[in-house]
Amino acid sequence: MEFLLSEEQLEIQDTVKRFLDKHCPSTALHSYFDDPAQLPEAIWQGLVEMGVPALIVPEAFGGMGMTLLDLAIIAEVLGQAAAPNPLLGHTLATQALIYAGSPAQQEKWLPKLASGECLASFATAESGNWLAPSLSCVNGNITGQKQHVPHAEHAQLIVVALAGGRYALIEQGATGLEISAENVADRTRPLASLNLNDCPAELLDGDCGNAAEPILNTALVLLAADSFGGAAQCVDMAVDYAKTREQFGQPIGKFQALKHQLANMAVDVEPMRGLYWHAAYAFDQEPETASRQAALAKAHLSDRFLHVARETVQAHGGIGYTWECDAQIFIKRALFNYTFMGNAGLHRKRAADLADW
Amino acid sequence: MDLKYNASYEAFRQQVVAFLGEHWPAPDSAGDSRAEKEAWFRRQAIAAGYLYRGVPREFGGSEQEPDILKATIIRDEFSKRRAPMEAPGIGNMMLVPTLLECGTQEQKERFIPKTLTGEYHWAQGYSEPNAGSDLASLRTRAELVEGENGPEWSINGQKIWSTLAQFAQYMFVLARTEPEAGKHAGISYLLIDLKNPGITIRPIKQVTGGKEFCEVFFDDARTPADWIVGERGEGWKVSKATLAHERSSIGGAQTAVGLFEKLVELAKGVEYQGVTAIDHPQIRERLVTLEGYVQSHLYSSYRQLSMAAAKQNAGRIGLMNKLINTNIGHMVADIAKDLINDAALLMPPAKGRAEGDEKWLNQFFGSLGVAIAGGTSNIQRNIIAERGFGLPRDDAE
Repeated sequence: MEFLLSEEQLEIQDTVKRFLDKHCPSTALHSYFDDPAQLPEAIWQGLVEMGVPALIVPEAFGGMGMTLLDLAIIAEVLGQAAAPNPLLGHTLATQALIYAGSPAQQEKWLPKLASGECLASFATAESGNWLAPSLSCVNGNITGQKQHVPHAEHAQLIVVALAGGRYALIEQGATGLEISAENVADRTRPLASLNLNDCPAELLDGDCGNAAEPILNTALVLLAADSFGGAAQCVDMAVDYAKTREQFGQPIGKFQALKHQLANMAVDVEPMRGLYWHAAYAFDQEPETASRQAALAKAHLSDRFLHVARETVQAHGGIGYTWECDAQIFIKRALFNYTFMGNAGLHRKRAADLADW
Repeated sequence: MDLKYNASYEAFRQQVVAFLGEHWPAPDSAGDSRAEKEAWFRRQAIAAGYLYRGVPREFGGSEQEPDILKATIIRDEFSKRRAPMEAPGIGNMMLVPTLLECGTQEQKERFIPKTLTGEYHWAQGYSEPNAGSDLASLRTRAELVEGENGPEWSINGQKIWSTLAQFAQYMFVLARTEPEAGKHAGISYLLIDLKNPGITIRPIKQVTGGKEFCEVFFDDARTPADWIVGERGEGWKVSKATLAHERSSIGGAQTAVGLFEKLVELAKGVEYQGVTAIDHPQIRERLVTLEGYVQSHLYSSYRQLSMAAAKQNAGRIGLMNKLINTNIGHMVADIAKDLINDAALLMPPAKGRAEGDEKWLNQFFGSLGVAIAGGTSNIQRNIIAERGFGLPRDDAE
């Protein structure tokens, strides 16, 4: 019984954290934020060099064959820095190939995804529907629309979720593929809509049972982990501000009203690290509880992140409402984490249905 | 990360299970009453090394190497089988650890063994009508006077919120012995026999109608000069040594999980707006929302347990566990009052007496008491902000 990260896990988490301290401090974060059309190249290259996209890829395909927990603790650190990065879509595309690709498709794509030679993304949402895609691939072509595809303009490969738990690959530049950027709030993970018009696609035709579940659970766990990092950073920012900002001749952190607000935020945030750890652990070790734990974790952590991010804006007073304050970036990331792949209401309903109540 | 216990711990668990199989329920030869059977069982469990693991053998404990995982296994298996754990009450929770830390050899020999077996019941004499959250402003005085058998403390003043003092034989009391010294420096930690003259105990009827707390009045009540724990004027420090021994968060998280499971069972058995409550979308959403907090607390406690076992400091989360538990209690009460519907019009029944849904009102009202006892929720927030975040202290302190 040891519910702790290993030395190796702490080490890789720390490596990524030190990298982000250097390459994604507040000033760099704001320049990325103000120019969302650019891929955050330095951050992505850094993650590639540290082996992050290779973590969960099986060793047979050039990866490291590690667990979702190993990746989730990196997502936490990325969330803490609010780092602009395309890891979410890339990871979901990778999981689609792992769980639904044929050996030939895996052989062709997974080494490139692991090495970062190819950046991929994942398209599932259709008009607010995240979990039951309706598109299909007819004679090697797809027609229809997809929304909210992360970093779609920069991805060389897009995995498109289809009806019946099927997936297809579309390559950047394919005929009939039209990508239009959405005017999103969270510019650290810009989204685009796809308009597919007889767009050539390759069905994933592996024999991997129900791939939809592990792909969804991966998304939910990573969003939960990111939410923990973001929420913890919000608490730290609000506490730091309370120590330095002075009014009425004293640091505002001496006022009890603010102390209590900050304490309540921390009481929400501190314990929920265990919930996302456990959701990742369940994915890796306890498959029978994985879906329920992932749904519960995503709903709870993203919901509390959003709440704490709102409190953080309040705790900063006027400066918190400005574009130049980091708080505005965190509250937008929180809203992304809350909404992407379905909001808390949806996943709480799923958790209740999966509980055998 | 591994939530399973390794082979040597699993072997230990098997030993505990085998022990319980042989000793609980206790055989008829162990005694006639439940109390006799429990006392017999506790003696066996102490001999086997399962209870009072931190207390030396010479004072009646089982003196085991500290091992938080073994302690967890023992508690899990004992509670599965509903076997008696360590005798409940403030004596074992607070006085015994304090005496072990700060008491004289004579005090330890005299008080610890019979407190462990449950023969001695203790009451706590800390709070006063004008010293609640601001405990160090307490005004109960004690002065050394010449008694019939040598020097004695003469105690005058009033204590309040002493849990079950009406059934206790002894009390540990914080009293001001050095009136010239500062607020904290003038306090001593005294023990007193509640049968002594000059002591009046008056139970307080609480919001539930029960009487678990008392006012205790001292009017020249005497206690021997050497019934002081630690030195004169060191009582504040001695009382903090006790706080450090209060139960870890782990039990609290398991209690929260148990309470949540009972709430789900309640929802399966009652109607809500014409359907079984557990099938109603509002109730399902509220239960899962609550479960997010409950499971966070559970896995956070697993993390803290693992860190304690690895001799790591878990940091400020340790300051938050009480408030987290309290908040969960409020959320449970909030859902329970809707599930029990018009049973919420009734008085909560005396504990263990009624089968009706109104028994949830004990949890409903009790959750308010939890938010106050042992440091109110607002005091917990101050502690988190000042000790956890390092924010500047209030001038009032």
